Amino acid sequence: MNSNIVLRAVAKLFIPFIMLFALYVQFHGDYGPGGGFQAGVIFAAGFILHALIYGLEETQKVAKPSTVEIFVALGVLIYAGTGVVSLLKGGTFLDYGVLEHDPVHGQHLGILLVELGVGITVASVMMTIFYGFAGRGRS
Amino acid sequence: MVELINVVLLALMAIMAMRIAHVRSLFVSVMMAGIFSLLSAAMFTVLDAVDVAFTEAAVGAGMSTVLFLGALGLTTKEEKKASAPSWGALLLVVLTGAALVYGTMDLPHYGDPAAPIHHHTAPRFIEESPKEIGVPNMVTSVLASYRGYDTLGETTVIFTAGLGVILILRRRNKEEDV
Amino acid sequence: MEWPGLYNYWIVIILMMTGFYTAISRNNLIKKIIGLNIFATSVLFLYITMGKVRGGTAPIVVEGGAIYSNPLPHVLMLTAIVVGVATTALALALVVRINEAYGTIEEDEIIVQDQES
Repeated sequence: MNSNIVLRAVAKLFIPFIMLFALYVQFHGDYGPGGGFQAGVIFAAGFILHALIYGLEETQKVAKPSTVEIFVALGVLIYAGTGVVSLLKGGTFLDYGVLEHDPVHGQHLGILLVELGVGITVASVMMTIFYGFAGRGRS
Repeated sequence: MVELINVVLLALMAIMAMRIAHVRSLFVSVMMAGIFSLLSAAMFTVLDAVDVAFTEAAVGAGMSTVLFLGALGLTTKEEKKASAPSWGALLLVVLTGAALVYGTMDLPHYGDPAAPIHHHTAPRFIEESPKEIGVPNMVTSVLASYRGYDTLGETTVIFTAGLGVILILRRRNKEEDV
Repeated sequence: MEWPGLYNYWIVIILMMTGFYTAISRNNLIKKIIGLNIFATSVLFLYITMGKVRGGTAPIVVEGGAIYSNPLPHVLMLTAIVVGVATTALALALVVRINEAYGTIEEDEIIVQDQES
């Protein structure tokens, strides 16, 4: 159908930019509005657009539900892991100052890791919830 | 000028909310809830909360609408009965609203710099954050460093929600629903 | 003058009460969830309105210094938005399952079916 071709072409153009924008928002959360939550939702929106245009089976070939579920747990693990690493290095739980030679650099590293964990979890959870709703109507 | 935008946006939002309560078609309600989220994101920008506006636009107008439409596709599209106003609920709502308005009489005025909220931990965050953490966005530094423990709890809440949806809506291949 | 200074809070209370009314008086489960969402958004408004400083700007450090709005309510409300969407997703998943089990999502019909069985 003709309308399908227009949608597919536009989606092919948009989806890489959506993912790039999500990565930009994730890593520039320190300098402007942004951070883990916004980036995770925008990243999931790219996948949801793909699923709406190309069909749920195609998207589930790219991002298998079992893999996405592993990433859900991985984000929380990165976050809590940063806290445990600070414990092992001699500080208190989630004390980023001891992660590096200099407290300010330690804070930068800690914030980066923690926001990464949050972004991974939020993106994976949004995708999982979408898979749950969209996959329920089959059969 | 800022005051005029305030008045207009808030009035629009109030009108939207009342229309949502009144309309019978669920699809129209969900779309109007999306518009409501977008208007509130604009209002948050006027109130200088840029991070919150970003999140509300992405999550409220984007993700929430998708979830509602997914749920609508799996259930029904219209509310069944004609919406007759229930007077008991209306009375309760009016009484609660009156009590809250009475409570706001003691609040400091909008934008007042001498309000108590600006005098305890906020000056410490604003002054120490560039020196101790060195990150320009103070909301990120408070979220990830000063209040990092709360953010860990929040991530766990999202994790639990994903877990719950997997458990409720998972359908194994070639088996009846769990 | 007292009235213009509190106008924001009163509109927020009107929004809250509209959401509250939708949540308690409508029978359709999805309508109730939409009402709860409106209620949650208006609570966000209440806190962010309290954090605004007249003549201030967004709490992102700029060269030269400026008056910043209070960043603490922003942080708390960021958490509240995300928790809100998580709760909405779970509630909608439950509504979908209720629809499959009872065949309807109107609350009074569900109660009738429960009392019959």
